[in-house]
Amino acid sequence: MRKFVLGYLLPRIAQWAMVIFIGVTVTFIIPRLSPNDPVERQISQMMGTGARIDPEAVEHMRVALTEMYGLKGSGWQQYVAFWGRLLRGDLGPSLSTFPTPVTSLIANAMPWTLGLLLTSVLISWVLGNVLGAFASYYPNSRFIGVIDVLSQAVRPIPYYVMALVMLIMFAYVIKVFPFSGAYPPGTRVQLTPQFMLTVIKHSALPALSLVTLGMGGWFLGMKSLCSNIISEDYVVYAETAGLRENKILFNYVMRNALLPQITGLGLQLGSIFSGALIMEVVFGYPGMGMLTLQAVLGNDYSLIMGIAIFSIVGVATSVLILDLIYPLFDPRVRHQ
Amino acid sequence: MGTTTAMLRIVRDLLKHDTRFRIAFVFLLAVLLLTALTVVSPYDPSRTFKVPADMPPSLQHPFGTNSRGQDMFWWMAFALRNSLLLGLLTAAVSRVIAILVGLTAGYRGGFIDRALMSVNDSFVVMPVLPVLILLSFLLRGQMTIPLLALILGLFGWPWDARLIRAQVLSLKERSFTRTAVYSGNASLHISLNEHLPFVLPVVFATTIANMLWSIGMEVTLSVLGLSNVSLPTIGTAIFWANQHQALVAGIWWWLAAPIVCAIVLFLGLYLLFSSVNEYIDPRTRLRLMGG
Repeated sequence: MRKFVLGYLLPRIAQWAMVIFIGVTVTFIIPRLSPNDPVERQISQMMGTGARIDPEAVEHMRVALTEMYGLKGSGWQQYVAFWGRLLRGDLGPSLSTFPTPVTSLIANAMPWTLGLLLTSVLISWVLGNVLGAFASYYPNSRFIGVIDVLSQAVRPIPYYVMALVMLIMFAYVIKVFPFSGAYPPGTRVQLTPQFMLTVIKHSALPALSLVTLGMGGWFLGMKSLCSNIISEDYVVYAETAGLRENKILFNYVMRNALLPQITGLGLQLGSIFSGALIMEVVFGYPGMGMLTLQAVLGNDYSLIMGIAIFSIVGVATSVLILDLIYPLFDPRVRHQ
Repeated sequence: MGTTTAMLRIVRDLLKHDTRFRIAFVFLLAVLLLTALTVVSPYDPSRTFKVPADMPPSLQHPFGTNSRGQDMFWWMAFALRNSLLLGLLTAAVSRVIAILVGLTAGYRGGFIDRALMSVNDSFVVMPVLPVLILLSFLLRGQMTIPLLALILGLFGWPWDARLIRAQVLSLKERSFTRTAVYSGNASLHISLNEHLPFVLPVVFATTIANMLWSIGMEVTLSVLGLSNVSLPTIGTAIFWANQHQALVAGIWWWLAAPIVCAIVLFLGLYLLFSSVNEYIDPRTRLRLMGG
């Protein structure tokens, strides 16, 4: 147990802290290196609307904004204050929907993204792995061959382009799915079966796009992993012993190939999350991606900042959770 | 001269034996031809209303014209050129970082390796897009292709650094490394002169993968209006089509042109990547070409 904590658990938690530390530090440094001063920018934007504001009020606003952006004092003082506010869970007020706190905007958007992501990641990961294992075991199957070609064709296409193609194909040319949103405009968000059905209908196409794009990578990865395992002695032995094919495939081949795929899922989470953000923009899905778009369009600096920091902490924590349940699948870690 | 003939022989071998390479060859040739055509372009891509607006594809305008009065064929030629340039610049920047980190971590080992890989893994796990959005948001109005390439390059190295490190770890155990050490060579010399040549094929393969990543990232940032939208790229082509609601207005070719170009470019690069990747590995090369 001691060995497990020191050799497995502690390094993972240290890595988690490292990701958050680097991420937060990067998001702290970036605005300060930028030639654009966010305070001056905000002020010039307000002046640009044509309203006449007297110089004293401008000066007042400058002080208030400097304080709000945490730009007061020396670099080091700012950095410490920045961490202090983060640890209290304070990401400041949003500028485009002043004075709503950024955290409450994120809290409203997060469940949508989380729901869409969890479902599609789970489906694509399981489907990709099962099909990949079949592909290596039955290399001559026609069906698997089609999947193979499709995976290779879809994999390199960027999320945005692929989502756009799916949107045009299934909502514009063949009108099977609704065009955008998670529910028809004007509907009240509530927890009734009827509302849930509408949401599922609206989420089907974004989820389908995420699954289509995500599955290819897992499929190809699993296929090459299994191809290596199949030539191992213990598999040959199992075959000679006359074990059932299903048993060999699931218990002998897939079981071992699954571990690197779980590790891979952890490493990919960051880019999968980024992909989901883009997907939401294309499909007008009201999660974190749409919130980002809204922040960009509304010049809402503090909201973008908050989303960046929240995403880093969120993804790092998900990876940590994945690392913590990993021993359930790998007896070698468990019995150390 | 010797390397040129060797390169030509590799290309000939791959053309003969690998379907994926053949497709990649044709696709990338088409892309390169189109980018080369920018030299003789009759239109300046920054000018608007030089041709009748909203014309569907025809012999005179193969990709149609858009609502801003630009010929999409010539505009996409410039867009592909700029996107490719961005990809190459990004790859160059991130290759330098990846090679330095990978060689150092792999050769030095111990604490330096652990520290570098911890930073490396943090960059792997981090969701890059929100950070990039923050960065380009702050630089809006000043964004140029070299600047965007520099920024993307700073985030695009960790996967490849890990790959290079893994290669060096095995090279380190080979006897020629020991000979070099005992001959009194400095570790920097060993890394650059003895190990780098072995790592170069992997570097080449990852260059293509990195270009795919960066060109795709540019599409995302441009669609959000966060790059220099007056510059033609694959991303800004989609940005302008969205701005003018091309799909709603029925000007489908305005979106089709960048989508088709993107698919040809990305598939070409990806197939080249996977073909080269298999060629590098002698076991798969043997299976592919029979020695």
